[in-house]
Amino acid sequence: MPSPPRVSLTLNGQPVVRDCPAERILLDFLREDLNLTGTKRGCDLGTCGCCTVLLDGRPTLSCLTLAHAVHGKEVTTIEGVSPPQGLNPVQKAFVEHGATQCGFCTPGFVLSAVALLKERPNPSEEEVVRAISGNLCRCTGYTKIVEAILAVPQESRP
Amino acid sequence: MTSADPRAGSLRLLGGRIPYIEGPLKVTGRAEYTDDIKRPGQLVGRLLRSTWAHARIRSIDVEAARKVPGVVAVLTGDKYPTPFGVLPITHDETALAVGKTRYIGDIVAAVAAQDELSAERGIAAIRLEMESLPEYNDPRVGLEKVSEPIHARGLQGTNIQKEVVQHFGDVDAAFAQAPVKVRVRGSFAGVTHAFTEPMCTVAEATPDGRLTVWSATQVPHYLHRALSEVLGLPMHRIRVIKPEVGGGFGGKSDPLPHEIVCAALALETGRPVKILMDREDVFYTNHGRHPTSNDVRVALDAEGKILAYDIEALIDGGAWSSFGTVTTYYNGVMAMGPYRIPNFRYRGRRVYTNRPPSGAMRAHGGTNIRYSVEVALDEAAEALGMDPFRLRELNALPPNSLTVNQFRITSTSFLACLKVVRERSGWEAKWKKLPYGKGVGLGCGFYISGSNSPIHFTPKMPQCTVHLKVDMDGGIAVHCMQADIGQGSNTLLAAIVSEVVGVPLDRVHVVRVDSDVSPVDIGSYSSRVTFMMGNAAKQAAEAMRDELLAAASLRLGEPVDRLRVALERIEVAEHPELGVSYLEALHLAMEKKGALVFSGSYSSQPMGGTFKGARAGTAPAYSFAAYVAQVEVDPETGEYRAENVWAAFDCGRPLNRLAVEGQIEGSIHMGLGQMMGETMNYLGSRLMNPALLDYKIPMPQQMPKIECILVGADDPEGPFGGKEAGEGPLVATLPAVANALYDAVGVRFYSVPVTPDKVVRGIEDRRRTGRVHKGD
Repeated sequence: MPSPPRVSLTLNGQPVVRDCPAERILLDFLREDLNLTGTKRGCDLGTCGCCTVLLDGRPTLSCLTLAHAVHGKEVTTIEGVSPPQGLNPVQKAFVEHGATQCGFCTPGFVLSAVALLKERPNPSEEEVVRAISGNLCRCTGYTKIVEAILAVPQESRP
Repeated sequence: MTSADPRAGSLRLLGGRIPYIEGPLKVTGRAEYTDDIKRPGQLVGRLLRSTWAHARIRSIDVEAARKVPGVVAVLTGDKYPTPFGVLPITHDETALAVGKTRYIGDIVAAVAAQDELSAERGIAAIRLEMESLPEYNDPRVGLEKVSEPIHARGLQGTNIQKEVVQHFGDVDAAFAQAPVKVRVRGSFAGVTHAFTEPMCTVAEATPDGRLTVWSATQVPHYLHRALSEVLGLPMHRIRVIKPEVGGGFGGKSDPLPHEIVCAALALETGRPVKILMDREDVFYTNHGRHPTSNDVRVALDAEGKILAYDIEALIDGGAWSSFGTVTTYYNGVMAMGPYRIPNFRYRGRRVYTNRPPSGAMRAHGGTNIRYSVEVALDEAAEALGMDPFRLRELNALPPNSLTVNQFRITSTSFLACLKVVRERSGWEAKWKKLPYGKGVGLGCGFYISGSNSPIHFTPKMPQCTVHLKVDMDGGIAVHCMQADIGQGSNTLLAAIVSEVVGVPLDRVHVVRVDSDVSPVDIGSYSSRVTFMMGNAAKQAAEAMRDELLAAASLRLGEPVDRLRVALERIEVAEHPELGVSYLEALHLAMEKKGALVFSGSYSSQPMGGTFKGARAGTAPAYSFAAYVAQVEVDPETGEYRAENVWAAFDCGRPLNRLAVEGQIEGSIHMGLGQMMGETMNYLGSRLMNPALLDYKIPMPQQMPKIECILVGADDPEGPFGGKEAGEGPLVATLPAVANALYDAVGVRFYSVPVTPDKVVRGIEDRRRTGRVHKGD
């Protein structure tokens, strides 16, 4: 049997080189091979957004992405936006505003919000709503998530 | 919001906005859910689900499956045939199908293997020989004798799982003299919880004869019992751990077959096993809200006083009983509030069908009946030429009263809800006054704050116990089996202890639910946690506080009643400069008592009548609600949106405003989903949309602006005056929108969900006939 092909990428700012079967999904690669369990598996079909990661800065569904499709690219997971101590400003706003209840969808929402604020530091409410429309939440009715993103202090936006 | 209660000012934390204590773990992806657990040597468990709705199992050949490389164990139903179920009176489920399958998705066999691929190859190698049986997909058919009842326990050869007949007062006499009668025949599609975390279980049997099960469950204690019963192991040899749970809404409250199968595979193999459901599995597992049709007749006098309700409900239970006996009662008795109903008759029947089981879903049993009742009252108000608010005010249940079926109503702020929501929504200026296509509607709510009656033991035994373990540095570890599933019960537990003992929140640590160390609480269902856990936590914390006060009293030479608890300090009330620190008091108490461990518990007092079924719906308190929705309808396409919901809610004193608002906002989301489109769409017995792409929950764009208005007066028995806010906030949502649609386009809708095609049909019919349209 030929050895599995190799994938190399920048993951959360660090180079990663791994053997990985061609059919491996990025979500499995992250969760199972690299133990990065902050990326959540909600549907495996690209419908819930729980597995959102940033691929070259853009929110991407890791359950619909082959691990080899990120070869040579930059992937950021929730672990990559979390400081070693404390929280980043988006995370802090989520906690303060009660934007996380069961928390299973939360890493995906945080990453969608981080990507939005990087591109649009002063988003309107509609822009926030559009930016999170690929993420489903069954607990909050989205109300406090939108509130939290709009409340991230200007000066601390990514 | 300000509270009129004088005690409010004396509370440091409770009553404010308390961010969830596990928030930092969740926003960083560090919270541990069941699927994040990986045990050394862990095997992959896979399930073979039936593709037959109703079929006899002639044979299951697993020989080839056992030989698949990597397959370690194969399991079929004959090994663990003991029936179980969440209610002890209706044990009609088995971990794997025994003898026959009852719905598409029924688990027939299971495999544990080294890896996913081997597990799937193992599943594919299982050969089934099945014999089709007649399928029953219409509950009406199952009311009569059938050739092949789905369960032997169906009433007299039918598929009726439960029939409830209740009559209080004299309904026929009331109707005979009533000048105003209205009737609503509602039909409701099934809906499901659609939590984001698929069910997952990890089980591990160890050589010391013990079994550990990690599972995404709302009710660890019932899982514990079911595992013990089916596997034949005493409970003390089973350890149940609840990691973080990614939403439940009732869908993780039954002990589920895959949890038992996973444990059985662990016992068979001596290795850890994980079973993770995919989203399709989750849909087939269902246990969502029952497809229901109801027939509600209301009699009123000429002034608008309700004289009687006459209600029938036909409930499609799916393949198992689950919570169905409770469901059958609730579809009637949840109509007992928020109004005084002097005469009441109800007949409810829940019928097995060959569809995935229905069960408990947020506002269980209360949602569909509330819709029909609230729409009927809107029609009655119109018939009487009354403002719908006036009709409801006139009929409100007073505080400290008994309903005709002997529900004990203590606190109710329903009238305050009506008053404030009328003002905030601008009802006066909007109702019947907005342009065509826009409208406002009122819907009201009533729900139990915890079931008085525990399922497995007498109400005298504690339904919740809380233990506090106090460390020498003053840290307090709180142990309790209450299940935080995202609603914030851990936070409330910690906040109550912190409040009473007078320590900052970060001194209190809520220990993860683990049956080896957590005393029994019967879990997150029936909106019981705030009330029951809250009281138990308060009692435990007061025991600790009293010990600290006694120690401080000795040191200060002042009697206890002259002392007071301040933050990290006990001081003389009239001379606050005299006092001892929290730690000093704690260490004195330790010198005096030795080990410091404190406990509190909650047991419900006896309540309810003595007739059959009298306990169903009895609760130590009830929540009340009055919502106004404002909608905008596009009459061409039938599309509509709720633009605003003003939600006035009585949860007693809101103990954590952030959490209460979160529950209301989330409930409105779920209620709007059921109202506007969510449907478990069946073709015969086959679920056609087992995916979140086809079963659509509302997107952020579809959410209205929500104003949460919390007006509850303190409940006399609730902890710090609090009562439930987890389920009650859902029920008023649907009828508020329905009544707003009527105000907007003059069409009544009786078939939920109210989808755009129904709206267009209603509008066209109304235009054609010129009459008020009665809709679908």
